[in-house]
Amino acid sequence: MHVATSPAFKSNATKAIADAGLQKALARSRPQFMARRSAAVAALPEFEALRDTARDIKNHTLAHLDFYLERFAEKVEAAGGTVHWCSTADEAREAVLRICQDAGARTVTKGKSMISEELAINDHLEANGIQPIETDLGEYIIQLRHELPSHIIAPAFHLNREDWEAQFRKSHTDLPADRVFHERRDILTEARAKLRARFLAADVGITGANFLIAETGSSVIVTNEGNGDLTQTLPRVHIALASIEKVVPTLEDCASILRVLARSATGQAMSVYTTFSTGGRRPGDSDGPEEYHVVLVDNGRSSMLGGEFQDMLRCIRCAACMNHCPVYGSVGGHAYGWVYPGPMGSVLTPALIGVDKAGHLPNASTFCGKCESVCPVRIPLPKLMRHWREREFERHLTPPGVRTNLAVWGFFARRPSLYRMATRAGAVSLGWLGRKRGRFARMPMASGWTGGRDLPAPEGDTFFARYARAQRSGRA
Amino acid sequence: MTREAVLGSIRRGLRRGPLTDEQAAPLRARLASHPRHLRPAIAEGDRAALLLRFIANVEREFGTVSLLPSLAAVAEAVADYLASQNLPTEFVMAPHPDLQSIPWAERPMLRIREGRAEATDLIGLQHAFAGVAETGTLMLPSGPDRPTTVNLLPDTALVLLRASALVGSYEDAWDRLRAERGGAMPRNVMLVTGPSRSADIEQTLELGAHGPRRLHILLIEGG
Ligand code: SF4
Repeated sequence: MHVATSPAFKSNATKAIADAGLQKALARSRPQFMARRSAAVAALPEFEALRDTARDIKNHTLAHLDFYLERFAEKVEAAGGTVHWCSTADEAREAVLRICQDAGARTVTKGKSMISEELAINDHLEANGIQPIETDLGEYIIQLRHELPSHIIAPAFHLNREDWEAQFRKSHTDLPADRVFHERRDILTEARAKLRARFLAADVGITGANFLIAETGSSVIVTNEGNGDLTQTLPRVHIALASIEKVVPTLEDCASILRVLARSATGQAMSVYTTFSTGGRRPGDSDGPEEYHVVLVDNGRSSMLGGEFQDMLRCIRCAACMNHCPVYGSVGGHAYGWVYPGPMGSVLTPALIGVDKAGHLPNASTFCGKCESVCPVRIPLPKLMRHWREREFERHLTPPGVRTNLAVWGFFARRPSLYRMATRAGAVSLGWLGRKRGRFARMPMASGWTGGRDLPAPEGDTFFARYARAQRSGRA
Repeated sequence: MTREAVLGSIRRGLRRGPLTDEQAAPLRARLASHPRHLRPAIAEGDRAALLLRFIANVEREFGTVSLLPSLAAVAEAVADYLASQNLPTEFVMAPHPDLQSIPWAERPMLRIREGRAEATDLIGLQHAFAGVAETGTLMLPSGPDRPTTVNLLPDTALVLLRASALVGSYEDAWDRLRAERGGAMPRNVMLVTGPSRSADIEQTLELGAHGPRRLHILLIEGG
């Protein structure tokens, strides 16, 4: 079981900054993610309007979540499937285990699923003598290395080619030890061959779900490799693991959200495989699973409804926020210490594992606003991080030094004219100093950040300018 | 019961009880009428424009297309394609009436097995229910005449698509499916856009991860 190391964010981050392999991976991949998204967005003039549509669909669904989940469950049952309602992670783990045991399962293949990581399904299955096999290429190597994913759509984001080759040599001991990997393709081919055998032997396939469709009782997965499809097609039993906020009313609602999902994630107009599963094998079918189960998991979501964090439940796990986040760009995903990294993780993790364990995460922000500006469902991530900081402050969990500075900032923030006066000078001078490169390589009093990363120069009145100013006032 | 526990805590969050029939009525109507939202301009256009856009999008996503005048031209096109890729002439074919009606006997070199695909099949021929121009996407619903394994297991996926089944948007494709199936959802519906791929190794794109490495579409203009 992966114990959350989120409480150690600061030391995790320091380690990450000194990790040459990670820094190489970050430097290579992040500009690509950003460039691909912006090209995809530029090619679709309606993109901004489609973000509004996606947000509105999610808001409508969340306001009637009980209704749509009931309709969804009725439709699954009408198609011969079974819905397992689970309030907690324990219940969900037990439900998955019971289905696997009833199927007499010895091995289980898995499609990539963040909720499965959240629930640590693999550990639970292993502890009960069932072998889970991750089949997404990135998840596969993460499993071999006993790591958590470092990115929600690119689990092996932090690894370089050397790491893959070394791990495959170590794990695939039946192959000649002196084999040569001439190109990346050879690594892929080896994994494909290894996993083919696994797909064919598995008794149960577990996938996540990007959407659940109330209209039809379908679970939907969105992938590029095809492993999720093999996982849910070949074994006798298919389990779709989904958290409650994945439901949308209709196929049309799903289509609208799909138009912003892949473009925000990988910059594709559409992922390669978007697959809708509804019940088990039908009369006359020559393939497909005989049993279809949906394990529907709350695990803390319902307590986010109706409050300041409800907006977070719109998240469609596209990863745009972390791809564009300067903090993620410096420290990578593992520093966040649990399953969900980046801005979305900074908001979600405290809600799911407690602010006492993850209270540092909402501070892992420069409040540059980039995450919100790219979020396809317009989640106000900086505002939500600020809410956590306020809560943390109220609960007196913040170390005294930080508390003083925030108190000073709060004092100014509540007095707009004074605040503007106090911050203008700071913003102007920072803007001027940073104007050459648009970033600061060093900044007094912020070496915790700038020791390992460049601080973006404020384009206008950014939080950091305010914060730096408040710090100066506080220390004067 | 856990179902009630989950629904109960959702309702506590939303600060209300179960919806009354009156409150639920508009939601039921929304499900029944499944209204469309904003569709981008790339999903609109006349037949010729949609055809061109579909082909351009398939090619951008690393698929290939042969435009053929009729089903009668398929056997030759398949043989030519397999030869051009140095592939064997044996393939598994979805048992779909359209595919069965092709005069395969004119090409005795081609060895065809009908049914689901097995792990040993290198090449598969599927029949597409619809093509979506906006992203060059194929709609492949499962059923006795369209086994899902044919889409997934072979290294080379050949797919026959009639130009008359080409639509602009995903919504159009769903409406076509609803019309044909009387609203019933097939067990599995795949929307496929290009061949399988992965960028998990150093965020560098490689085609042919777990699914097909090649996707070749036989697009039939006439009967
Ligand atoms: S918060 Fe927004 S940008 Fe981040 S993963 Fe979720 S949907 Fe994507």
